[in-house]
Amino acid sequence: MSAPSLTRPTAGEYASSEESARAEFAAAARAAAWRRRLLPLGAALLLLGLWQLGVVVFHIRPFIAPAPTAVAATLYDKFGLLLANLAPTAIEALAGFVIGNGVAIIAATVFVHQRAAEEAFFPMAVMFHTVPVVAYAPILVLMLGNGLEAKVAIAALVCFFPTLVNMTRGLRAVSPQQMELMRILSATRSEVFFKLRLMSSLPFLFAALKIAAATSVIGAIVGEWIGATTGIGALIIQATYNFDSPLLYATIVVGSVFSATFFAAISQLERFFLKWNVSQAA
Amino acid sequence: MVPQVSLDRAPPTPPPQPGPAIQLRNVTVRFTSERAATTALDRISFSVQRGGFLTLLGPSGCGKSTLLRVVADLVAATWGEIEVLGTSAAAARARRDIGFVFQDASLLAWRTSLENVELPLEVGGGAKRRGARDARELLALVGLAGWENAYPHELSGGMRQRVAIARALVNDPKLLLMDEPFGALDEITRDRLNEELLRIWENTGATILFVTHSIYEAAFLGQSVMLMAARPGRVREIVAVPLPGRRTLAMRETPQFVELAAHLRRVLETC
Repeated sequence: MSAPSLTRPTAGEYASSEESARAEFAAAARAAAWRRRLLPLGAALLLLGLWQLGVVVFHIRPFIAPAPTAVAATLYDKFGLLLANLAPTAIEALAGFVIGNGVAIIAATVFVHQRAAEEAFFPMAVMFHTVPVVAYAPILVLMLGNGLEAKVAIAALVCFFPTLVNMTRGLRAVSPQQMELMRILSATRSEVFFKLRLMSSLPFLFAALKIAAATSVIGAIVGEWIGATTGIGALIIQATYNFDSPLLYATIVVGSVFSATFFAAISQLERFFLKWNVSQAA
Repeated sequence: MVPQVSLDRAPPTPPPQPGPAIQLRNVTVRFTSERAATTALDRISFSVQRGGFLTLLGPSGCGKSTLLRVVADLVAATWGEIEVLGTSAAAARARRDIGFVFQDASLLAWRTSLENVELPLEVGGGAKRRGARDARELLALVGLAGWENAYPHELSGGMRQRVAIARALVNDPKLLLMDEPFGALDEITRDRLNEELLRIWENTGATILFVTHSIYEAAFLGQSVMLMAARPGRVREIVAVPLPGRRTLAMRETPQFVELAAHLRRVLETC
């Protein structure tokens, strides 16, 4: 007999132990994923329950704080009205989003290629950004009338600045070595832009677009507060003046759901375009 | 005085053309800033024969990276003459005769290994240039077969540097300029890549100019080591490496190598 030795597992035993370990890992990962989903949901339901309980126990009058069930009932009963008012707001927000971000991307491209343009216009953009949207919204309504245009312009303006700043930074976020590489390869200006600058700016751009997705909806709603007859903003004002709290809350829910959906759509696009991005992959 | 580098090596295939690959005469580079004018390179003269392997060794601030960039036409010489493969550096660059490997791999994060290697073929009219090599073959040459579709963040530092080398080789350059390419890697990876670089050098027959701050790397890779001193950057000494034929890592334990390394260290201490 040979000296005492540890028994070595056969290849088959190795494989099966590895397999069971892998299955165990997958099960743990699934459990963690469910936990991530269920815990916030549970917390939200708990808070809603407490709210409902508070309203019933303390006999709070509906116009001060409606019970969640009352809000849900309004959501169901007046769903047509809510949707009809969501449509203009959604159109204004989306159009403003496209225009504001489009102009910002073009401006950032010009800034990166023409320092003088940046030096001339950037301070103005910063100054304009410090003016609150509620302050300049009435001016735009006076200029553009009480139609869709004013709201689109307001939504576009609130999107514009964050995207301009981020996109300019992103287009500049190329390393000196990468620029040297392009020079060694005798790359043209447009090749440097499309193959290097634009691609490295995408993480910055999407960070800005996610902000803009939320702010464009805010811009449209603020625009509607100034004398509009339809839209989420108009409905909020009407419901408030009528002490119709359930409708007010239901309107807010509809607006929020739209905002969140918009944000989620941009996030999904980001995941698609930035597969290569480390922070996304992690 | 013009220090001449004698580079004795079995003729690679195809046989070397006459004339040096790199010839510098009294090259001076001065940078002028608001505060002061600094002389980065002071009257540098040397030449490297075609198919040669010269390593540049020196303390930081000795201008070795600047020198590499002068040869690559990335930095303009204030005065002096530069000839690369018989023409100006700019002409050599425009012909895609020059491949450059940076200290950080400088890969494009949104491109896979294969796409990164193919980048030189997509820009600057690269595909039409002479000698476009197959990117897959090059990745296999640098030991990355099977990693074609991996993104840079999925690769280790050493693997990223291998991709960068493959990218530099895709236009089949006659001159490879390497700026501390393995400086950020661990020693084990660096040793392995050093051996592989020698194999690639034999394989391609390219002339290599290699910047490093490692004495052992400089002595192991180069046919000659050019020692540089700092402030202002100048050539201190050019030392021929007396190692025969095909080099192996074990050669670093031979008396000749140990003695050479000791000599380089002594000279560096006075730089």
